Amino acid sequence: MTPARRDALLWLAQRWSAAVLALCLAVHLAVIIYAVRGGLTAAEILGRTRGNAPLAVFYGLFVVAVSIHAPLGLRAILSEWTLWRGRSQAWAMAALAVLLFGLGLRAVWAVVQ
Amino acid sequence: MIGSPAYRARHHPAYWAFLVHRLSGLVLTLFLPLHFLVLGQALRGEAALDGLLRWTDNLPLKAAETLLVTTAAAHLAGGLRLLLLEGFAWRGPRKDLAALAAGVSLAVALLFALAVF
Amino acid sequence: MGVTAGESSAQEAMLDVRVWHGAEHGEFRHYQVPRRDSQTVLDVVTYIQRHLDPALSYRFACRVGMCGSCAMTVNGVARWTCRSHVDQVTADGRLEIAPLAHLPVVRDLVTDMRPFFDKWARAKGRFQGATTRSDPVARVPPDTPERRAVDAAIECIGCGVCYAACDVVGWRPEYLGPAALNRAWTLVNDVRDVSRLERLRAVAAEGGCLSCHSHTSCSERCPKKIAPTAGISGLKRACARAALGGEL
Repeated sequence: MTPARRDALLWLAQRWSAAVLALCLAVHLAVIIYAVRGGLTAAEILGRTRGNAPLAVFYGLFVVAVSIHAPLGLRAILSEWTLWRGRSQAWAMAALAVLLFGLGLRAVWAVVQ
Repeated sequence: MIGSPAYRARHHPAYWAFLVHRLSGLVLTLFLPLHFLVLGQALRGEAALDGLLRWTDNLPLKAAETLLVTTAAAHLAGGLRLLLLEGFAWRGPRKDLAALAAGVSLAVALLFALAVF
Repeated sequence: MGVTAGESSAQEAMLDVRVWHGAEHGEFRHYQVPRRDSQTVLDVVTYIQRHLDPALSYRFACRVGMCGSCAMTVNGVARWTCRSHVDQVTADGRLEIAPLAHLPVVRDLVTDMRPFFDKWARAKGRFQGATTRSDPVARVPPDTPERRAVDAAIECIGCGVCYAACDVVGWRPEYLGPAALNRAWTLVNDVRDVSRLERLRAVAAEGGCLSCHSHTSCSERCPKKIAPTAGISGLKRACARAALGGEL
């Protein structure tokens, strides 16, 4: 793959993940505002989430989109505001993607199991 | 800083929209692993999660949560503006979208503050 | 040889002007310049060169906003100086005039524009037709979306104001910049041009249109009211489509 094609596809990935995140985050914010009224308890949260398959799919998608979106955004910030560029930066961003993906899916599993 | 040439060169709404978008994105990226770790506490049972939730039940942390929700709303609204700017043909400076994004994030912040306090 | 009221030096309103002297390293020098009606920033610089400091170097040609050679940093903002009136840029009579940012300074207010125009070449800013002068003139309908897109972007005078205003140019020295990409956008929409794909490859490569974050500083500052951000967004979409189609 040419570097130009790779960069254009990464740009698209950033924008498509942004579109997915926009939808997910809007729903998430609405849920948060609904849920925090009267305070949060673990029983209340887990009562809603345990065994809730649609919720697992929704937040699973959220996690996938954010693990694509955040490292790509951070890549631009690092390339422009710091001297860290190149191969080591690319590997670090890939590691961040894996970390977010792993921790995110673990969190989803923790509340729906 | 304010009044300096470097400040004047950038003093227009779309630049501030960019800065908010970048800084909010950075904050959210740093916050996410923590958020996931906290939710992961549910693996150790309801009591562990409850302990963390009680720890957040005070004024400074509720204020921090409100700031975080505002940050997320700002990144969302500003991001929608960018998707519109880049995704479709347009003319003119589109500062109206930046103002709309600011309005939406403020509204979300208020809603959250009303709910949490 | 009577002195007219307007020239009586005692009451004359004066401008406080600081002008850059030197190259990359240098200093601001201070001048007092008489305030005049309808005075442009270029008038101020010319006054200094003619009456106060003959060694001051600056560049201008047409004085009417066509040639694009007189752009400078005026009170922190990149502007064409020939059509920037003093009362548009200062309220308190203070002016700070510096060379354009993001370009090497040759001397005083003169920048080396080579990096700027080299990037036009890198962005394949040259028209490449398939016909010769003996072929009939191409007919381009004026109301097609492509022709309208060209119309909106074609009036660039190459003054470098957008390039100096762009943060990404400052952060990524290899970035092509708004003017070169705007030029590429007019050619991508030129139905007579035959090097579209080659051009998309050039502007999708590292330091091309995908580096733009839509700060819109270029569109904000362009003296010709072009919105390079709109054209750069069009290039991004064209590059993404070409990448999906496997053409890039």
